Amino acid sequence: MATLNLVQAINLALQQEMQKDDRVIVLGEDVGPNGGVFRVTEGLHAQFGDDRVIDTPLAESGIIGTAIGMAMNDLRPVPEIQFEGFLGPAYDQIVNHAARSRSRSRGAITVPLTIRVPVGGGIHAPELHSDSPEAIYAHSPGIKVVMPTTPYDAKGLLISAIRDPDPVIFFEPKRVYRSFREEVPEDEYTIPIGEAKIVSEGDDLTVVTWGASLFQCIEALDNAPDDVSIELIDLRTIDPFDMDMIAESVEKTGRCVVVHEAAMTCGLGAEISSRVQERCFLHLEAPVQRVTGFDTLMPYYKLENEYLVNAKRVGQAIEEALAY
Amino acid sequence: MPQSATASTGNSKPRLSDELSNDRLLEWLRSMQLIREFETRTMQAYQQAKIGGFCHIYSGQEACAVGTIGSVNHDDPVVLAYRDHGHALARGMDPKACMAEMFGKLEGCAKGKGGSMHMFDKPNWLFGGHGIVGAQTPLGAGLAFAARYEWEVMNKGGKKVALCYLGDGAIDQGAFFEALNLAALYSIPVIYIIENNGYSMGTAIHRHSANSENLLARGEAFGIKSVKIDGLDILNVYDQFKPLVDECRDLQRPAFVDFKTYRYQGHSMSDPQKYRTKEEVDQFKEKDSIANLLGHLMNERDAINEDSWKAMRKEIQEEVREAVQFAENATDPDIEELYTDVYANPQPNLSPTAEYKHGAKNPLL
Ligand SMILES: Cc1ncc(C[n+]2csc(CCOP(=O)(O)OP(=O)(O)O)c2C)c(N)n1
Ligand SMILES: [Mg+2]
Repeated sequence: MATLNLVQAINLALQQEMQKDDRVIVLGEDVGPNGGVFRVTEGLHAQFGDDRVIDTPLAESGIIGTAIGMAMNDLRPVPEIQFEGFLGPAYDQIVNHAARSRSRSRGAITVPLTIRVPVGGGIHAPELHSDSPEAIYAHSPGIKVVMPTTPYDAKGLLISAIRDPDPVIFFEPKRVYRSFREEVPEDEYTIPIGEAKIVSEGDDLTVVTWGASLFQCIEALDNAPDDVSIELIDLRTIDPFDMDMIAESVEKTGRCVVVHEAAMTCGLGAEISSRVQERCFLHLEAPVQRVTGFDTLMPYYKLENEYLVNAKRVGQAIEEALAY
Repeated sequence: MPQSATASTGNSKPRLSDELSNDRLLEWLRSMQLIREFETRTMQAYQQAKIGGFCHIYSGQEACAVGTIGSVNHDDPVVLAYRDHGHALARGMDPKACMAEMFGKLEGCAKGKGGSMHMFDKPNWLFGGHGIVGAQTPLGAGLAFAARYEWEVMNKGGKKVALCYLGDGAIDQGAFFEALNLAALYSIPVIYIIENNGYSMGTAIHRHSANSENLLARGEAFGIKSVKIDGLDILNVYDQFKPLVDECRDLQRPAFVDFKTYRYQGHSMSDPQKYRTKEEVDQFKEKDSIANLLGHLMNERDAINEDSWKAMRKEIQEEVREAVQFAENATDPDIEELYTDVYANPQPNLSPTAEYKHGAKNPLL
């Protein structure tokens, strides 16, 4: 089994899906010979050529809109948007077209499209290159939102996304791209969209997180007192998210802390917290806590580490929930 | 056409730029060299990790910012994309404020909150560098609309033109076509200057834009006067651009410029540049715009000599060194800056802010 980082695992999934199904094509700005800004599509152009790995003009609305048309007509396009901020010009196509076609055509015209997008902060980049807009798309019915954190999960989820009959935004936490490696099977495998993962088991409190914040949560768990047993859940799919796993866990622990990098107000933490309250009310020993980004723009790099969720803030929330 | 005492000898045809005084041209030479030197030190600081984020170097394209901004009035609004240090300096921004911005310091032009891509300077009528490619183009139309409105409807001030810069990559964005249509439809005095350096990141123009040999057709399609300018010779820039500005100002209507230029450095500071050859870069360096103007001033105008050029460069080096020093010593932003400038007034319900939750003070502050 090869030891791969996130970039390599995604690259492998793309390569294998392209090999297997010639309807799968990759398109985007500089994804060809240059291999994309983060080099995630490196080597694909050499292997599959101009017809299937397409350098596009700088035109996100055009890229996504065209990909939607391709998908409607039975291709399996996997466009790359260079940074999450550049989803802006494509928003109309994603939300008003990709997400609604199935419903609008009463199931006749579907959009099997996977939009790959690096997401989040922590690489010293400014706003537009460090944002976390997952909740915006989760709020739009008809489009699935996935955010794997580990190379293993990324490969399995990307294959599922490409094969999914509906549009998927596949967010790749860019801080994690080359930060660590793990064993990733050469053989193809899938991880179902909508299934979260228990990273570590515990009985006293549940931490729910996703994306790069997972590592700050792991650090906080390491720092927690030995006699506290915390269950850590990596959501992996943002929409539809795995409420069953969260509820089962909170019913066991009675306490819940949700951690995300995106701003607090109307973030996914609000939705999770509300559903926990609805489903686990009689099991709760403390209010659900949220540790999130601030309701401001992602700052330039000098204040980046203040904005990002850190283990200390997660630790404080855990303490408060336990002491309640 | 007026002829200066030291009019071009090599070229017998009189040129508009002949009327430019030696002092003015020396000022332009200085301005271009300042940008070149500034960018050299910017790259150094970036490599030393004193500048974060993404950083796009302007070296090679100086004649565009200096020549075009040198052809308009100080209160003509300017808006552009992210490769913006050169325009900021040409507009008159203090190099200290520009460098401090990239260092993320409070004394930067945007309080160190924006970095390289976000140079804003209201007193110098600079409405920003912008990070979403192409998004600045409708803003340019709006700036010019407001300027025309002030003059025509509110009887305030004189006629203005707005300059809106974009790269050859940005011409592919839908927003640009919308902006061209609006500008033409309402006869808005905005000049779209396409800094055509031949590449959109790593994709050559013929690979990213259709019919790219004939960009002018795009402006003309909307009935907009469209001009191609060889942008490596700043005298030529003035010869062609100044009359265009005068016309747009006078008739209050838009224009479109395919401005041929070249960038010497990679797209950003992390670009292996596999898409072009060193020979190609060297070819353009031989036609360098600074060397070009220097040659003219030395050989045809006798306005500068080796010694005074050396002195000028030394002075500029010193000025930029001071800017770097200033940026290093400038103030790191306080954590409270996370919450400022989001709205005009502090909003108590932004969470988690100073009022953290349940009314308690945010422990982080
Ligand atoms: C909407 C959007 N898409 C993509 C990018 C990433 N990007 C930044 S610059 C650039 C290339 C732009 O090329 P061009 O307009 O020619 O300007 P140049 O870099 O040559 O000055 C790309 C793709 C972006 N900033 N915004
Ligand atoms: Mg360009």
